[in-house]
Amino acid sequence: MTVVRQLRAPEAVTEPPDDLAAIEVRDLRMRYGTNDVLKGVSFTAKRGEVLALLGPNGAGKTTTIEILEGFRMRSAGDVRVLGVDPAQGDERWRARLGVVLQSWRDHGKWQVRELLAHFGLYYTAYSTPQISRPWDVDDLIDAVGLTPHAAKRVGQLSGGQRRRLDVAIGIVGRPELLFLDEPTAGFDPEARREFHDLVHRLSDIDDTTILLTTHDLDEAEKLASRILILAGGEIVADGSPDQLSRRVAADAEVRWSRDGDRFVHSTSDATAFVRQLFQQYGEEIADLEVRRASLEDTYMAFVREYESGRGASALRAFEEVTK
Amino acid sequence: MSVVPTALSLGRPAMRAARAGLARGRIELRQTFTNAQDLWNYLLPAVLLLVVLFFMRNATVPGTSFSLGSRTMPSALGMNIAFGGLVTMAMALSVDREDGTLLRAKAIPNGMVGYLIGKITLVAGMGLFSFAMQLIPGLLLLDGLSLSGTSNWLTLIWVVLLGMVATMPIGAIFGSLVTNPRNMGMVMLPLMALIATSGIFYPITNFPVWLQWIAQVFPIYWLGLGMRSAMLPDDLAAVEIGESWRHLETVGVLGVWAIIGLVIAPIVLRRMARRESGSRMAERREKAMQRIN
Repeated sequence: MTVVRQLRAPEAVTEPPDDLAAIEVRDLRMRYGTNDVLKGVSFTAKRGEVLALLGPNGAGKTTTIEILEGFRMRSAGDVRVLGVDPAQGDERWRARLGVVLQSWRDHGKWQVRELLAHFGLYYTAYSTPQISRPWDVDDLIDAVGLTPHAAKRVGQLSGGQRRRLDVAIGIVGRPELLFLDEPTAGFDPEARREFHDLVHRLSDIDDTTILLTTHDLDEAEKLASRILILAGGEIVADGSPDQLSRRVAADAEVRWSRDGDRFVHSTSDATAFVRQLFQQYGEEIADLEVRRASLEDTYMAFVREYESGRGASALRAFEEVTK
Repeated sequence: MSVVPTALSLGRPAMRAARAGLARGRIELRQTFTNAQDLWNYLLPAVLLLVVLFFMRNATVPGTSFSLGSRTMPSALGMNIAFGGLVTMAMALSVDREDGTLLRAKAIPNGMVGYLIGKITLVAGMGLFSFAMQLIPGLLLLDGLSLSGTSNWLTLIWVVLLGMVATMPIGAIFGSLVTNPRNMGMVMLPLMALIATSGIFYPITNFPVWLQWIAQVFPIYWLGLGMRSAMLPDDLAAVEIGESWRHLETVGVLGVWAIIGLVIAPIVLRRMARRESGSRMAERREKAMQRIN
């Protein structure tokens, strides 16, 4: 008996030699039948980073996150999550992850506090000197703002409260890495803002690494320290919100009229263009308008094109802009 | 120093999860016993059974002067053990998969161990409770039932326990295979047919022989027989097949079902759990929402 246990002991070694990458994905591919959903996705998430996977519906976001969560097998590629291949992740690995699921009506008869205390039980065995697991239930309930509802039954919670409970369940084991798939889908603006505050608090406490998916650029900009834009099964842009908008803002649109005719010109140096315009035509120029394309404009135009079926050309145009 | 504590701690998470599962079962039992709708669901079969037995009160078991109602009582108790194990378990798994309970279990370490132990505790507890709800009024109201001796009680206990072990894993298999709880009819209809042929409400010896053979393959007949052997006077064995309570055969058939279930259920359950993911859940939610709207 002892021998068997000792043979299994090296499982503990699967914990990585604390390197800085929480997620490493290289050339990840996923194919359903003849349909390539992911065509070679590569990215890295550093510990403590809040990463948003942004993209239109059907871009492969959910597939990617489910592969990382260990819920789906990949077709090809190299994936490491907290140093472990998710396809071979054991329960010890699972205990270091948090997955926020979109609940629907499960555990409706359970009390909020009772349910969180129950799920916490599974993590006690995975407490380490560095991270004491699980979270204290009352602290956790307080952190997600459910203290007034702690004694309520889950089935009595409002939609927004329920999603906060989902987050609480996701983090009850004090995860080193947290996955959020479309966390605010179907939220009203108020609930959305509250939720964003919660995610900010989370990344501050414990320095949790967070990977979230969203199709909403605004949300990605608000929450993430880095945005990956996924489209057509590939990462088409990667950078901080600031970097991305500066890259896009390189192009501006200049509109003016002369002798009743209207003109539009796209340029990377609007100031020089306008200066030249005035030098050439002086007072003839009227209705001058210079408009920098925001990241949002560019992204929205891209999504519209992409979803209207002109996927490939839209992708090229978008890559052109964000290069 | 590190080897021994690590080695010891390896078994610990699963043990904790098993204990968490027991706690889960207890909590869910408390929830079901404090819920008016659920209580009514326990009470209703008991009331229905007593009504049926009331209308049978003047009939006798063919060839004897023994009350048919008193013979049906233990048979129905046996049937309910099978029904509880098969249908309650299948229903619970199917519903839990649709609403995401199972996916939650999958997302936490050793969550499936805890979930399954919790579910077994819950279904067994519910089964025993509804068993008692039918047994107690039956004993008070019907003549000729005897649960006086220790051996009667022992027989009752092993039949109930073996019946649960034989039927719950099979129920879990059905629950894993039926993806939509509303398709549970596919399980219910054949089960109803089986009950009709299993000699629950009328002695099986009055049926054609080929039907008797079919009934004897399945656990329902044997659970009915086992319960009759525990609660009826010994001379009533004369109207059974082979004029005996056939305990050995009962253990044999129920045991085979238990083994089949315990071997196959983990395979099917693992396959089902592996296929669960957030997007599958979302798909089912979409579908269910469409049905409501």
